[in-house]
Amino acid sequence: MIYLILAFEFFKIGLFSIGGGMATLPFLMDLTNKYDWFTVSELTNMVAISESTPGPVGINMATYAGYNAAGVPGAIVATLALTAPAWIIIILIAKFLENFSENANVKAAFYGIRPAVAALIGYAVWELLKIAIVSFVEGQMQMNLVNAAVCAGAFALLQIKKLGKLHPLVWIAAGACVGILLRM
Amino acid sequence: MKAKRLGELYISFFKIGGLTFGGGLAMLPMLQREVVKKYGWCTEEELLDIYAIGQCTPGIIAVNTATYVGYQQAGFLGSVAGTLGMVSPSLIIICLVASILQNFIHMPVVLHALAGIRIVVCALMLNTVFTMAKKGIVDKLGAAVFLIAFVLACFTPVPTALVIVLAGMTGIIAKRMERRRSA
Repeated sequence: MIYLILAFEFFKIGLFSIGGGMATLPFLMDLTNKYDWFTVSELTNMVAISESTPGPVGINMATYAGYNAAGVPGAIVATLALTAPAWIIIILIAKFLENFSENANVKAAFYGIRPAVAALIGYAVWELLKIAIVSFVEGQMQMNLVNAAVCAGAFALLQIKKLGKLHPLVWIAAGACVGILLRM
Repeated sequence: MKAKRLGELYISFFKIGGLTFGGGLAMLPMLQREVVKKYGWCTEEELLDIYAIGQCTPGIIAVNTATYVGYQQAGFLGSVAGTLGMVSPSLIIICLVASILQNFIHMPVVLHALAGIRIVVCALMLNTVFTMAKKGIVDKLGAAVFLIAFVLACFTPVPTALVIVLAGMTGIIAKRMERRRSA
């Protein structure tokens, strides 16, 4: 039964996540509210591991999410379900449509979709940030100043062109070192 | 003959998936080497066209490319071989990492490291959002769509998929009105 639910959810994600692997993030965020497959904090780990292992990030995240939900069979089901819509659509395009990306309506739709995707990922990042720098102690909201400072510092460093071009893997390794040194 | 071609497609995309980090554009140099130079399955221009299509169709761009090239070379089965080749390395590596991590996740060092990584990932993602917003928002309407989508996602239970559909329709209607006004 869980495989059917996984297949349905990830087929839906594959159908609506447009514009690269990170576009799947807001949908995975939705899953944390609906099922107990993984928590928001585990989702952040999944992003880190997906970015630091080979393969497309979107596929890696789906595999990881599926694995957390139902082990190796879950990973296979989630990954194949994620790729199914694209696979059907691309075959249709290859067969019937020439110059699909030059079509005026397709272009117009993407003119609207691109900012929306940025906003949706922004929302997902906001949720990740909340659990990373805000903690609740006895129902009171407390900001973790060290975490906030590290995050702001990393973001500032990323704006320097040379550093921003470094592979995410380098940043993730640096984050692990900072975490161990500061006992975060 | 066909079986050999299917095998080549699977292995070729397995290599591309297993040796590139990040997917999308990061995969382009590897695709050029394997698909264009080594096997001549498509030309440089075709590859860029596939990328353009991949960017405006649902799904992961790397998978779209594997499906398209596979289909052109060996039909339906070719698209299956290409796509399975592309996702196989992820399946193997992620399942290994996830199962190994489960055994170490309770060690303090691992917990500290993961906490540090989570913060950096937030900064990296924030950076991605800024870059995407800068590229995607080209005028006032784009900015409005960005704000409305953000508010809908944060404060209402509107499904994420519906936000995407509404944004696409907004784009089409806006461009239609623009054309009518200039006509």
